[in-house]
Amino acid sequence: MKKVYETASDALDGLLRDEMLIAAGGFGLCGIPELLLQAIKDAGVRDLTFASNNAGVDDFGIGILLASKQVKKMMSSYVGENAEFMRQYLEGELEVEFNPQGTLAERMRAGGSGIPGFYTKTGVGTQIAEGKDHKDFDGETYIMERGIVADLAIVKAWKADDTGNLVFRKTARNFNVPAAMCGKVCVAEVEEIVPRGSLDPDMIHLPGVYVHRIVQGTHEKRIEQRTTRKKESV
Amino acid sequence: MPWDRNQMAARAAQELEDGMYVNLGIGIPTLVANYVGDKDITLQSENGMLGMGPFPVEGEEDADVINAGKQTITELPRTAYFDSATSFGMIRGGKIACAILGAMEVAENGDLANWMIPGKLVKGMGGAMDLVAGVKRVVVVMDHQNKKGESKLLKSCTLPLTGAAVVDRVITNLGVLDVVEGGLRIVECADGVTEAELRAATEATIVA
Repeated sequence: MKKVYETASDALDGLLRDEMLIAAGGFGLCGIPELLLQAIKDAGVRDLTFASNNAGVDDFGIGILLASKQVKKMMSSYVGENAEFMRQYLEGELEVEFNPQGTLAERMRAGGSGIPGFYTKTGVGTQIAEGKDHKDFDGETYIMERGIVADLAIVKAWKADDTGNLVFRKTARNFNVPAAMCGKVCVAEVEEIVPRGSLDPDMIHLPGVYVHRIVQGTHEKRIEQRTTRKKESV
Repeated sequence: MPWDRNQMAARAAQELEDGMYVNLGIGIPTLVANYVGDKDITLQSENGMLGMGPFPVEGEEDADVINAGKQTITELPRTAYFDSATSFGMIRGGKIACAILGAMEVAENGDLANWMIPGKLVKGMGGAMDLVAGVKRVVVVMDHQNKKGESKLLKSCTLPLTGAAVVDRVITNLGVLDVVEGGLRIVECADGVTEAELRAATEATIVA
């Protein structure tokens, strides 16, 4: 079982093709697989569909793949921190499927858990519900949403062992867990690969069964909105 | 005098009870945290955190600790982190007692519109649809009227909905109204605002 690769490009070798569906972890710029996104850009594959909560900013995250016109469609809950995204979207070059954030997360979790569809109250009576199967349970109406199974999942974690057990850090966990779960293949980039046995088995956030390839690298970890307070106002 | 932003936030904070797990939206709802006083409130941030603390002191920002508005924040001794599916599981599952959020329009049946204006830039609903469908109690804090002076409390929403019949209470600069059978019921008027003034500023049906 060899899961550890030297570079992000090595870790993606043989996995990329045009028109594939990629699930990506991260929320805003927090916990995004920044090295793997750069490697996908370098690989030049096109017409990609991304299931990702956001679309990065112009020069970071999925934004770099929008700039190079490698993305055909986004399945996201919130976009628009990205001028190039907006330009392509308004000119019809880019397709966007808006998903409520929790529905997107659950679609990934379900897809990775062998659940092809589920019912939720979220979006009942809104545009999101149009064309979807409605069903009443215990006097309340729900809509059916489909599980997502992605061709590839790319995620970012804090630590891994060489078997792919992952530990995330603080709010950088976010979509990385459900995204990893829903990939037919999952590649994880991490800040540190630690020796087998050094992670507490009770503290593993995502078991290595979901993770097929790992690469260690240096992360920029850019901050989107730097907000602070004065010391004396504590 | 109608309430200002801080007075509206202070009034909204009165909705919160000791021990509640609460989700605050962006804008005036964020200010509510300043007015909870001694109440033991745990704030949820839907990107995967319970026990959200204040902004960090300059120099102590951590790229891995952000809120749903992507702002740097801090953790507290009670903080717990979790993934997005778990986060919305607790929202959808009714574990979060209350959401306080802004709105563009609220209808007398509790319909809420706050995510898109047709013909204008659509950025997405984020977690708003999940929150209003899932949490136990939805409190809207918003100005009573728009910039043109038109009521934002309507007989029915003109904008695409975020949720149908989801709002429980609305706190505006003019007062507090509950969504009840047949329309809105006035709970209280802002200091110095008369019931007649509040009624005159409201398109929605007001029931006695």
